Amino acid sequence: MIALQGIGKSFAGHAVLRAVSVDIAPGQVTALIGPSGSGKSTLLRCVNLLEQPDAGSLTIGAQTVRFSPGVRLPHAAVQGIRQQTGMVFQNFQLFAHQTALQNVMEGLLTVKRWEPARARDRALQLLDKVGLRAKADAWPASLSGGQQQRVAIARALAPEPAVLLCDEPTSALDPGLAAEVVAVLSDLAREGMTMLMATHDLRLAAQVASHTVFLLDGAVVEAGPSKAIFEAAQDPRTRQFVTTLASG
Amino acid sequence: MPDWLLLMWQSLGPLLVGGIKFTVPLALLSFAAGLVLAFAAALARLFGPAPLVALVRFYIWLIRGTPLLVQLFVIFYGLPSAGIVLDPLVAALIGFSLNIGAYNAEVIRGAIEAIPRGQWDAAYSLSMTRAQALRRTILPQAARVAVPPLANSFIALVKDTSLAAVITVPEIFQAAQRIASVTYEPLVLYVEAALIYLVLCSVLSSLQGRLERYFSRHAVFAEGQR
Repeated sequence: MIALQGIGKSFAGHAVLRAVSVDIAPGQVTALIGPSGSGKSTLLRCVNLLEQPDAGSLTIGAQTVRFSPGVRLPHAAVQGIRQQTGMVFQNFQLFAHQTALQNVMEGLLTVKRWEPARARDRALQLLDKVGLRAKADAWPASLSGGQQQRVAIARALAPEPAVLLCDEPTSALDPGLAAEVVAVLSDLAREGMTMLMATHDLRLAAQVASHTVFLLDGAVVEAGPSKAIFEAAQDPRTRQFVTTLASG
Repeated sequence: MPDWLLLMWQSLGPLLVGGIKFTVPLALLSFAAGLVLAFAAALARLFGPAPLVALVRFYIWLIRGTPLLVQLFVIFYGLPSAGIVLDPLVAALIGFSLNIGAYNAEVIRGAIEAIPRGQWDAAYSLSMTRAQALRRTILPQAARVAVPPLANSFIALVKDTSLAAVITVPEIFQAAQRIASVTYEPLVLYVEAALIYLVLCSVLSSLQGRLERYFSRHAVFAEGQR
């Protein structure tokens, strides 16, 4: 169970998130949609504490952390939350100096202190899962964007996170390459991986995600099953935004 | 054999002794010590508390804003007035290390800052600590950015060690001066000294090329891929 309660975040006095609450059941895939600047990415980054919220609380599994302005969480609390999350970035952010295999092994070796042989086995399995075992020894710079993002997904999954956070995972890709990534993410969804993804990609939001949250100016306008949001939204602002996604 | 060539041949021994006993150790040791200092100063400037940042900025400002020759004079000829008498070689080592430290602190800081913020985020998202992210993710990539300017500074240092002659260190240049003053053949001796520096620096340039290729291996596009 992942619960965000009343999350607030300001940058230099400007409120980016206002009392955002989202619940995600285990095995559920939730899409965060909304125009640029609506706070989707910031909200995702609050879940693994790359940004620390100023208000509210966050629960992942058995751990709950509470936020207040100007108070930095203790390192152990941050690590406790982070170790339950994995993150996929819009621009992949593979470690450029490491091969695909080394990228996937990195968290296992450095953070979990696994033996290299064991880490290698798990990394190869994950590369296999995203269809890139043959590229294990390739440098990121020699891979296409879609391949890089699939390696990044394998890297994020390696430490077995309770939730996978995806920040616009297909936005930097042209349609054909985006389709590879959508296919991998939808396989994960079928296997019951809990995911929270900020996206403009209608395939991810309407087809892969079972639930959708519509954010506007840092606040939740409407949340519910994706089908309801995309086909029968209550709020006119949601209906209008969904139309722009469909046409774009 | 013409006279000038004979003189060069006869002086090669003393000049090389100056090089092997003083120039090379002085360059290697001050660069190593200076690099440690530069790294510490760069980390302090990036991640340290405000007073430490101010101290590092003061150090860099002071060293970069004053001539190396003047710094060597202050250390070797000036400090004795304050009761600190240093061996010439030690004075030279301190002077060169402080100099290398100040210039390369900025090189290393710049190289670390050149690595995109997203690489830190990716490391943190795997639950790495800041020290782990720095060691495993950032520094290996920053090294690629830092190698050319660091090599520049090492090559400049090898030549700057000739300044140690004025604080009585008998390195290559001083050996040449000594022989020139008794043979009255300054052109031959100083050209010979210059040639030895040229050889040393050429070796370093080729090492730089190798290091650059090593740190850039991931940026080379393999044929048939992509």
